[in-house]
Amino acid sequence: MYRYDEFDAAFVADRLNQFSDQVARRLSGELTEEQFRIHRLMNGVYLQLHAYMLRIAIPYGTLSSRQMRKLAHIARRYDKGFGHFTTRQNIQFNWPALKDIPEILGELASVEMHAIQTSGNCIRNVTADHFAGAAADEIEDPRPYAEILRQWSSIHPEFTYLPRKFKLALSGSPHDRAATQVHDIGYQLVKNAQGETGFAVYVGGGLGRTPMVGHKIRDFLAVEDLLAYTQAIVRVYNLEGRRDNKYKARIKILVHEKGFEPMREAVEAEFAADKSDLLALPQSEIDRIRTYFAPPALKEREASSLTVEARRARDPAFAAFVDTNVSQHKHAGHGVLTISLKPIGGIPGDATAEQMELVADLAESFGHDEIRVSHEQNLVLPHVALDDLPAIYDALNADGLATANAGLISDIISCPGMDYCSLATARSIPVAQRISERFADGPRAKDIGALKIKISGCINACGHHHVGHIGVLGLERKGVETYQLTLGGSGDEACTLGDITGPGFSYEDVVDAIETVVDTYVGLRTDAQEDFLAAYRRVGMAPFKKALYERDSGADI
Amino acid sequence: MPLYKNGSFFQDPWSAIPEGEAISPAGHVIAPLSWWQAERQAFEGSNVPIGVLIDPGTPIAEFLEDLPRFALIALAIPKFQDGRAYSTARLLRERHGFKGELRAIGEVLIDQIQPLLRCGFDAFDVTDPVTQAALEAGRVPGVTHFYQPGVNEAPRTGARPWLRQAK
Repeated sequence: MYRYDEFDAAFVADRLNQFSDQVARRLSGELTEEQFRIHRLMNGVYLQLHAYMLRIAIPYGTLSSRQMRKLAHIARRYDKGFGHFTTRQNIQFNWPALKDIPEILGELASVEMHAIQTSGNCIRNVTADHFAGAAADEIEDPRPYAEILRQWSSIHPEFTYLPRKFKLALSGSPHDRAATQVHDIGYQLVKNAQGETGFAVYVGGGLGRTPMVGHKIRDFLAVEDLLAYTQAIVRVYNLEGRRDNKYKARIKILVHEKGFEPMREAVEAEFAADKSDLLALPQSEIDRIRTYFAPPALKEREASSLTVEARRARDPAFAAFVDTNVSQHKHAGHGVLTISLKPIGGIPGDATAEQMELVADLAESFGHDEIRVSHEQNLVLPHVALDDLPAIYDALNADGLATANAGLISDIISCPGMDYCSLATARSIPVAQRISERFADGPRAKDIGALKIKISGCINACGHHHVGHIGVLGLERKGVETYQLTLGGSGDEACTLGDITGPGFSYEDVVDAIETVVDTYVGLRTDAQEDFLAAYRRVGMAPFKKALYERDSGADI
Repeated sequence: MPLYKNGSFFQDPWSAIPEGEAISPAGHVIAPLSWWQAERQAFEGSNVPIGVLIDPGTPIAEFLEDLPRFALIALAIPKFQDGRAYSTARLLRERHGFKGELRAIGEVLIDQIQPLLRCGFDAFDVTDPVTQAALEAGRVPGVTHFYQPGVNEAPRTGARPWLRQAK
């Protein structure tokens, strides 16, 4: 993974001094709250319902055991002993005191971490496929490019006061695990006919109040043009994006209102007009940065592990864990392990300091010191030997981290919702907990198969409900919570926004409604191999609508 | 208005045009762009110093033809969160080679001086008293290491050519 050199360390130290100075000027009254707010947000400090919230950047979701231990320490020392992993691969602490924040940032800087630009109207954390560098289906690891974009976009003098936030995501595999098409700019690594690597570029995707799938603006962008082309897009957005209405200020609105063709022409014209070459990426530099992301030296192992097979045969829980949570690695005898942070009935995405330390220990002992955070709020050990799975499983199991539900119905993505967030209109976490308890992680969940439920507690959609196979949107009507369901959404390469089923359901009824949807699916699927999304795409909304809303549809069969 | 340029405050040699008056034939006034466009014929063949005030988001194409004629361009920043002037300034300097004074006018806060300089501004019309006080005391906050090129920053050879450093 990327290691700071002197320049990078000096940059973070600079920024910390600058922010500490801004805090001091706020406390002395030199800066008004409105003026301070911008700097506060650019350093990841939110003011929430109960307390300040600190959002720490985990660039493209990659961290080392040393960094994870530091996060555990911060959770324990400055917070209530736990942290929350987010849908943008960051971590949030909900309870730090403002006066402690410069000290926390100092601690983070000592392990090459920071909270720069995790909020504010600027370019945010660059996210990438959480299986990058490991997945068997990968064309190329996108993270060197993510790192280059991260650097270039940090305290950018021209792009610090954009109309609104700006989010970049990268995928290096034909199977898009990074939801690139619902980002402001999505980059998909591809190869052209000559076998050269480049990017398919999507612009104007996004969720929130007006969800839109991104438009492909380039079939093939040469890698050397990555920064120059990105600059062109962001510059057109900076100059033309709306500033009159906060809810109409994202680039997706500009693309929509200007028209995609005029937008494409404007970006291409700006890109072509820049003759300066200052941002051209030399291949030698790409290669040099790529060495930071070189795969670990993995031992040659048999494709199949006798240890695993023996244990599977006698331990069904272990078998379920391996079947569900281990994905195929490009190197024989290894696997990509998802550590579910969705214990049955638990709060999605939360981890205690002890759990963080356990994951750090396992990464160090068994995982070549590498950990990932997925935008689906789980952790990943991307490089584990299959032979080590029994030991890893036993350790995880002792600390509540072995839930065998990765990608299953109880692997729910949920925003913090009304319990934490001042923007929320409804509770989301309790709904997630009840769904989780209803379906759990046993044979029924396994039979239901791959099913992504995503829950947002307000129309800002931080739970990404628009791209849930089943999406849940918590709203408030006349003081009462009502939950709208959407079906058939997906953030993958066949990106689709979910369809609304119809009227919403009460807090009491929403889990029953979801069970009706699930039972309907199970009843109409061609066989157990046809997962929910495939079935929905085949049959459409009608059978589900009927089951949900027609009085004699037999929901209690 | 106190004018901050090259590290100090100056008596501003330029003035705004009083309401309802024409652009003075002696120049050295800053005219809103639309006024200039209405009166430019009167200045054909003249070389008195002309300044224009440009609203945020105004396409450069609208005044590109007259660019060589302007000794000063003032870019309005009505609200400090409005970042359009940063792009316009950069384009004027780097794309179109504008060599005259590039002035930021409006809500200019002290933490913005550095990014504005890096985008090519060289003069600041400072009305915010806190900003004035900080500038007078020589306290210009900023960072010294940059992850991207800025205007008039010497290119770098070797690793990560996009980095820059303050002198």
